[in-house]
Amino acid sequence: MIAALVWRNAFRHKLRTLLTVTGLTVAVLAFGLLSTVVDAWYAGAESASAARLVTRNAISLVFPLPLAYKNKIRAVDGVRDITTSNWFGGVYKEPKNFFPQFAVEAESYLRLYPEYVLDDDERRAFLRDRRGAIVGSRLAATYGFKVGDIVALKGTIFPGPWEFVVRGIYRGGKPNTDVSQMVFHWDYVNETITKRIPRRANQVGVFVVAIDPERAAEVSLAIDKEFKNSAYETLTETEKAFQLGFVSMTEAIVVAIRIVSYLVIAIILAVMANTMAMTVRERTAEYATLKALGFGPGFVAALIFGESLAIAAVGGVLGIAATFPVAQIFGAAMGSLFPVFLVSPETVGLQLLCSLAVGFLAALLPARRAARVNIVEGLRSVG
Amino acid sequence: MNDPVVALADIAKSYRRGGQAVPVLTCLSFTIAAGEFLALMGPSGSGKSTLLNLIAGIDRPDSGRLVVAGQDIGRLAEAELADWRARHVGFIFQFYNLMPVLSARENVELPLLLKNLPVAERRRRAGDALAMVGLADRLEHRPAELSGGQQQRVAIARALIADPTLIVADEPTGDLDRESADDILKLLQRLNAELGKTVIMVTHDPHAAGHAHAIMHLEKGELSGREAVGSGAGGG
Repeated sequence: MIAALVWRNAFRHKLRTLLTVTGLTVAVLAFGLLSTVVDAWYAGAESASAARLVTRNAISLVFPLPLAYKNKIRAVDGVRDITTSNWFGGVYKEPKNFFPQFAVEAESYLRLYPEYVLDDDERRAFLRDRRGAIVGSRLAATYGFKVGDIVALKGTIFPGPWEFVVRGIYRGGKPNTDVSQMVFHWDYVNETITKRIPRRANQVGVFVVAIDPERAAEVSLAIDKEFKNSAYETLTETEKAFQLGFVSMTEAIVVAIRIVSYLVIAIILAVMANTMAMTVRERTAEYATLKALGFGPGFVAALIFGESLAIAAVGGVLGIAATFPVAQIFGAAMGSLFPVFLVSPETVGLQLLCSLAVGFLAALLPARRAARVNIVEGLRSVG
Repeated sequence: MNDPVVALADIAKSYRRGGQAVPVLTCLSFTIAAGEFLALMGPSGSGKSTLLNLIAGIDRPDSGRLVVAGQDIGRLAEAELADWRARHVGFIFQFYNLMPVLSARENVELPLLLKNLPVAERRRRAGDALAMVGLADRLEHRPAELSGGQQQRVAIARALIADPTLIVADEPTGDLDRESADDILKLLQRLNAELGKTVIMVTHDPHAAGHAHAIMHLEKGELSGREAVGSGAGGG
């Protein structure tokens, strides 16, 4: 019966409760969406493998490394496998059609990135064709790429016109695998660029090194030591640290988004606290009556906490439920800007926690006031 | 004469208003016998509601000794006093003070939540109490679906459900038409006569007071008289 009393009280003023629940739903939805944006920012880092290191030019990622480093790195103790990867930066039709493109050593690259799942036929076709490319399933869906299509890119880092034949569409082996990329043969790019700009021949963007995760620090140091005091000193770090380096460039935006997401919750907390304060003020006589009947201050406070938590839970659950479809629409609208846009269990947990925290905190002062209501004065407020 | 269920000795009470103490009751001493039906009358501000509040244990005297149902309630801590009220006092208010979101049965059941009874037992007792006040067919109605007289009957059932030692009624007919008021007063008489409950009722209405055994008059916080009511007076 106490639960019935709490629940019915929560929905006694239907319009007020509806507006409060709506506000909570929107706030929880906004919080979830903003948290997902932040998660998407870190998606690359989160999906990084602990078993991969990235070796780049110590001065800046802008500067390449000699291809000749490959065998030297492979010889370092603890290195299991190695591949190369180059940011291509081509434009597909218009600059607004941005998506990541990488020129890679195809065979070793697919070996080091097992999360890019290809059918055997497509894998063979890709490896056979030097102009071949594979595209992620999301990218294929966005631009309608099909196997056999020719994708023309206008080079920026590697100037000139380029054409690649789609030989396969890869799927993500994990939910957070980036399926919005295009990958093609570095051999083909290297050969072509050698003809166009000979001084840029045999230069590599980064080496990706497969290692035993427990030896990451040791192997990193060994690789960098190998090239110490050379013309091209290296910086080797875990793939996660490498990805976080990109995120740190835009960290201010991420911090701003985080602050806004919590501000939204703070605003709805104020709204909810006002609702509960109004509720308690209106029901002073009822709380005085309960106390006169022998119920203690704790019971009265529990009723108010229960009511506030019930409203917050309804708003929270609706907000969480709305987050999934809205995130899907939002993610699709963002295209390749956020290759992975998934509502994480952590975000859902935070949404639920924020909802309940709002419910609890909003009831604190009203519950204290109701618990302390003087019975005689409270009863006078009748009628 | 039965043993006193209420005994006041030199009870004084004042309220602070604008920084000044305004005396409401001064040195009141009297007793109320168990099983009595007493009406408290007096002009506005005479202190009758304050006196009722003190006897019911929802307010505390400034000085004096107040023994109700064998307990010196002035010495009880807040939690003990709440527990004491739940066991010994049934409240009937002028405006019924029912929980609007609960049905008649649930309202009556409310005080039993403090008694750790099984749900079925609580429901059975609430149904019986409502039947006693003539509302067996209104169990699931909410207060807003009942007339004023019916709501006051629910309040009376709620006051009775925990089998209290005394029932305090503050203007129980003040918000009712004459016919409903008479029904309520007759019901109080019946509870007093058949169940032996001590009833203390504050009223402005001499007609209502006429249903009691005795009328106690208060004026400016002092007892100005106590008279027995003739058996026929308002008794219907």
